Amino acid sequence: MRKMLTIISNVLRGSASRNGARLVVSARTYADFTPQASFDIKNCDVHKLEEGPPLQAVLTREEGLQYYRTMQTIRRMELKADQLYKQKIIRGFCHLYDGQEACAVGIEAGIKRSDHLITAYRAHGYTYTRGGTVREIMAELTGRRGGIAKGKGGSMHMYTKHFYGGNGIVGAQVPLGAGVALACKYLGKNELCVCLYGDGAANQGQIFETYNMASLWKLPCIFICENNQYGMGTSVERAAASTDYYKRGDFIPGLRVDGMDVLCVREATKFAAEHCKSGKGPILMELLTYRYHGHSMSDPGVSYRTREEIQEVRSKSDPITLLKDRMLSNNMVSVEELKEIDVEVRKEIEDAAQFATTDPEPPLEELCNHIFYNEPPMKVRGISPWIKLKSVS
Amino acid sequence: MHNSLDPRQRTQSNMAYLRSILRSGKNAVPAVLRREFHRTLQAAMQVTVRDAIKEAMDEELERDERVFLLGEEVALFEGAYKVTRGLWKKYGDKRIIDTPIAEIGFTGIAVGAAMAGLRPVVEYMSFNFSMQSVDHIINSAAKTYYMSGGLQPVSIVFRGPNGAAPGVAAQHAQCFAAWYGHVPGLKVVSPWSAEDAKGLLKSAIRDDNPVVFLENEIMYGVPFEMSEESQSKDFLIPIGKAKIERKGNHVTLVSHSHVVSRCMDAAAVLAKDGIECEVINLRTIRPMDMEAIETSVLKTKHLITVEGGWPQFGVGGEILARIMEGPGFGYLNAPAVRVTGVDIPMPYAKLLEENTLPQIKDIVFSVKKMLNV
Repeated sequence: MRKMLTIISNVLRGSASRNGARLVVSARTYADFTPQASFDIKNCDVHKLEEGPPLQAVLTREEGLQYYRTMQTIRRMELKADQLYKQKIIRGFCHLYDGQEACAVGIEAGIKRSDHLITAYRAHGYTYTRGGTVREIMAELTGRRGGIAKGKGGSMHMYTKHFYGGNGIVGAQVPLGAGVALACKYLGKNELCVCLYGDGAANQGQIFETYNMASLWKLPCIFICENNQYGMGTSVERAAASTDYYKRGDFIPGLRVDGMDVLCVREATKFAAEHCKSGKGPILMELLTYRYHGHSMSDPGVSYRTREEIQEVRSKSDPITLLKDRMLSNNMVSVEELKEIDVEVRKEIEDAAQFATTDPEPPLEELCNHIFYNEPPMKVRGISPWIKLKSVS
Repeated sequence: MHNSLDPRQRTQSNMAYLRSILRSGKNAVPAVLRREFHRTLQAAMQVTVRDAIKEAMDEELERDERVFLLGEEVALFEGAYKVTRGLWKKYGDKRIIDTPIAEIGFTGIAVGAAMAGLRPVVEYMSFNFSMQSVDHIINSAAKTYYMSGGLQPVSIVFRGPNGAAPGVAAQHAQCFAAWYGHVPGLKVVSPWSAEDAKGLLKSAIRDDNPVVFLENEIMYGVPFEMSEESQSKDFLIPIGKAKIERKGNHVTLVSHSHVVSRCMDAAAVLAKDGIECEVINLRTIRPMDMEAIETSVLKTKHLITVEGGWPQFGVGGEILARIMEGPGFGYLNAPAVRVTGVDIPMPYAKLLEENTLPQIKDIVFSVKKMLNV
C-alpha cells in the first residue's frame, strides 16, 4: 500500500513539475515520512556548571525543513553577495557567513522572536534570521533605497526589530548587548539578549568589563563566542593566551558547543536561555564553527590556512549537509523535496539580486536625513559655504 | 538662627547648620541661605550650579520611569563632586547605578540600554575619562540613527565636569568641547549659570538624541539667582540657542562655560573705561547659534571668542570660520580673534596654571588691542 502511494505520488509530482505547478508534498507527509526523530548530539564541555545541555535532540520534520531552508537561504545569499562583490556591484566591506549557518539558525531556534540579539559585522545571516528579507538585505549591500537601512548603512549596519546590528567596531557590540539586557531586566520583560562576538574580539578589554558588570548585576545575557578559528588572518593560537573561550568569562559559567550542528546549537541555546531567564545572570557559549570565505571579500583566505583544511571542513562538517544527511537517513524528507527547496531558494535569491541591482540608489535630497530623531527640519552645511542642505528626522 | 525652637532642637539645628558649612566648604553661605529660603519659596532664589544640575535630574527621574543614572560613585558616595547627592536615597539601586571603573564597558552598556528604549544619563567623573569611551559615544551613539536609515534612535545623555579645574594638572584638565563639537549626530551643550544647567539638562534628558553635557567643576559651587519661572518642573531651555548675558555696543565677546564668568568680569572692568562689551553665553556648542553671534557682530563690528580650550581646531576657530563664510564678515571693522588657553598641556604650579587660561586681564588686553585703545 505504501509503495503504491509512493509510486502514485511520484507520478503526480513528476507531472506537476512539468506543468510548472508546485505540488504540495503533503500527499506523502503522513504516509511516508518520519514525523520526528531523536538524534544524538555531541557532549558540550562545561565550565562552572554542574551539567550541560541534553545529549539528545528531537527534530520534527517541520523543524528540519525550516532549518534546512533557512540555512540554504543564508548560504545562497552569501554566495550571491560574493558574486556581486566580484562584479563590483557591492563595495567596501563584505564579511560572509557561509559555513557558519548552523550558528545563526540554531540560536534563533533556541530563543524567542521577542528576545534580543546583537552581533558584529558578519551579520547578514542574523539579519535574515531576525526577520529581514533577502531582498532588503541584498539591496542594502548594493546601497539602494530599498535596502533595510535605506542604503545608508551597508553590510555592517543592518537593523530589524530586536536586532541591533551589524556593528563595525570589533567588540563594541558586547557591552551594547549587555545594555540591551539591562533594559530587559529594568523593564521586567522576561526577555534576554544574545551578544555575539568572534574569537578575535574575545581578547578585547571591553568584553571583560562587560563580563564583570553583567555578572555583578545579573543581566540576562547570553554571551556567544563564534570561534571560527581565525581572527582575520590570525589563528586562535597566535592571538590568545587561552583558546578556551568558553572559560574566559571566569566567574561566568560556560559551555563549548559544536557550532556545525544546528541541533547542538539549538539545545545549548535553550539551555543557556533557561539559565538566564531563571535569574542566574549571564552565561557564555563558545560555538566551534568555520567560515569558508576569507575574513572579508578582500581576503582570499588561503594565506593563513590551507585549501585542504577548508576542503576537509566542507566535506566532513558542512552544517547543511549534516542536517540533510540526518533527515534523509531517517526518512524524514526526500531528496526531491530538498531539491525543490533548493530551487525555490535559488529563485528567491535571484529575484532579490535582480531587485538589488535594479533598484535606484537613495535620492540625493535625502543625503542629510536621519541625523536626529524627532527633530524639526534643519539645515546642514554642505561641501562649500554656499550650499545648505535640508535634513529631516 | 532658629530662636523659636526649644534648646535641644536648637542645638540639633545648629549642628546641622555647622555640618552644612563644613560639607559645602567655601560655599557655605548659599547652602545655608537655601535652607532658609526653602520654607518661604516662590521668590527668586540663590541656587548653586551643582544643585541646579541635581534638581534637573531629580525632576526628570520623577517624570519618566525610563530615565536612570549610572557612573562611578553616583549612588552611595553621592557623586564624586556631590552632584547626585540624595538621588540614590530617593530612587534606589534600580535607577541610580554605581559602576565599576570601566568607562568603555559602562558607556557601551548605557548606549545599548538606550537602543532598547531606556533613557540613560551617564556620568563621567571627568570628561577626560570619556576618552576611554569615545568609541561608544561616537560610533555606537552619534552615528547610529543615520547608519540605520532612521531605524534606531539613541536617547542618551553623557554628562560630567569638563575643562579646567584648579590644580588637577594635564591629564585631568582638558576641554572636550571641540572634540565632541566636531561630530554630526551629537548635540553638545556647555552651560554656564545655574539656570543654564537646569534648563539645558532637562532638555538634554528629554531629547531623543545623544547629548554631551559639559559641566565645569569650577562652576559647581557658584550660586546664581534662579528666577521663579526657572523653578518650575517644566522649565526647559532649548538646545541650540545662545543667551546675551550682557548688552553692549563696542565689542562682542563669545564664550561658554566657566569662561563666561571671566568675560563678565572683564566687561565690568572695561565699562569703567567706557567700553561696553556684549557678552554672549553660547550655551550650546553644537548646534551653534551663529545667528545670535551675527546679530551681535552687526551691531558691535568687533568679535572676540573666549574659551578655556586649546586654540588649534577649537570652538573659537569654528566661530571665526563661520563668520568669514557668512554675512558677519562684511560687518567687521577689524579681524575677529580668538582668546584661548595656551597651546600646552595644563601645568600644575599655580603661577603656571594661572598663565595658561584666559584671565580678566587677558580679555581686557585683547579688547583694547582690537579697539586700538
